[in-house]
Amino acid sequence: MSGYDEPERWREMATGLRGLRPEPPPTLRPGVLERVGLADAWFSVGGPAGPLLVAYNGRGISATAPAGDEARFVAVFLARHRRPLRRAGEPPARLLAQLQRYMDPGARGAPPRFDLRGVSDFERDVLRKTAEIPRGEVRPYAWVAGEIGRPAAVRAVGGALNRNPVPVLIPCHRVVGSDGRLTGYAWGVPYKRTLLAAEGADPAELERLGHRTRYLGSDSTRVYCYPTCHNARRIGPAQRVAFRDANAAAAAGYRPCRRCRPPAAG
Amino acid sequence: MDTPPELPARLARDLDGAFEELVRGHERLLYGLALRVVGNAHDAEEVAQDAFERAYHALAGYPPERVAAMRLRPWLARIALNLARNRLRRRTPPTRPLESADGEPLPLAAPAGGEPAAVAERRQDRELWVELLAGLPARYREAVVLRHVEDLPYAEVAEVLGQPVGTVKTHVHRGVRLLRVAFEARKETLAR
Repeated sequence: MSGYDEPERWREMATGLRGLRPEPPPTLRPGVLERVGLADAWFSVGGPAGPLLVAYNGRGISATAPAGDEARFVAVFLARHRRPLRRAGEPPARLLAQLQRYMDPGARGAPPRFDLRGVSDFERDVLRKTAEIPRGEVRPYAWVAGEIGRPAAVRAVGGALNRNPVPVLIPCHRVVGSDGRLTGYAWGVPYKRTLLAAEGADPAELERLGHRTRYLGSDSTRVYCYPTCHNARRIGPAQRVAFRDANAAAAAGYRPCRRCRPPAAG
Repeated sequence: MDTPPELPARLARDLDGAFEELVRGHERLLYGLALRVVGNAHDAEEVAQDAFERAYHALAGYPPERVAAMRLRPWLARIALNLARNRLRRRTPPTRPLESADGEPLPLAAPAGGEPAAVAERRQDRELWVELLAGLPARYREAVVLRHVEDLPYAEVAEVLGQPVGTVKTHVHRGVRLLRVAFEARKETLAR
């Protein structure tokens, strides 16, 4: 045991062990906050009318914007959500693939999850209903209002869609005026027109039809539809009958389509 | 880096408002603990993040009185330790690591000549201890890391490991003794 200096030996060991406390990587904390939805990250993905900025956290997609002004996207996000937003270190592969499938007309991908905290119950109902409108079809504001059981709240539906935090992905561009006009879009009516055209809806045709023809019927099935309904597009030219309102259709002995659910006579 | 005494109460009142402080206050502990168990920086970061994520959801589900009375540090360390052990168990046998256990790239040859001697010495010293610790049996290593690397008191180490304090002390002492033997052996080889 000669020369065996216990305390000295232990000091050396203790110092060595205590020197092993590593600095956590700078990505650790933001990653945690994003996973639990207290912070968000954004990335860019190709959309139907040009690249799209997408913000997301562990609860789902929280915001979208047309690419081009990233600084503004971040500023608007901060003002609305009051959470930090950073550029994603690497685009999240699974979410990216899911979005691409969802926006690909041929792929019929499932919608991604959305983070709709901060959206009122009414607004949530409006957004959910709007998400049901199939690609390439449009419905009037009044249809959304009626479907969610608030037929008098047509203007409020417009307001809710104007505040849609995730345009394009929740397709508020598929909601139009009762006369077919492309009224109002948070990113500008031209963007709405481009989106609809990209989906195969013909915006010019919608507006031309709109002020006289609200519904199309088939004189073989005696069913009337919204003009963009999948069923309406299958009506041959010889069977096609135009109606300017539900009462006219009812008077002619037609019933509303069960798929696109236009209003019944009243 | 003790938990600020008022943090549990703040978490109970406003989880979203106080959660970042919980992460800030415990990320070193959880990352360091995970790193000593799983042995590489990438997995350690994921383990620490998983642990905080679980903690968040658990806290969101607990009644406020329970959150306010929690002892956060040992609770968090225990979550991280369990996740780290699980990850280690299901991992395929490691090939030669490309990173040192501290997450820095392993030098392919001798360190660059420009490195100041003191820095090089500190780095070599750290690598030596990483290696010696990695050679300990897991139960001793976990106890030694919590007590002597992370500096937790014995009572908390016992809480983290779910063992009586006496057992923990035994494991720490045996671990330290094994470390000392290995350390002496290494110093003799280096001296020669």
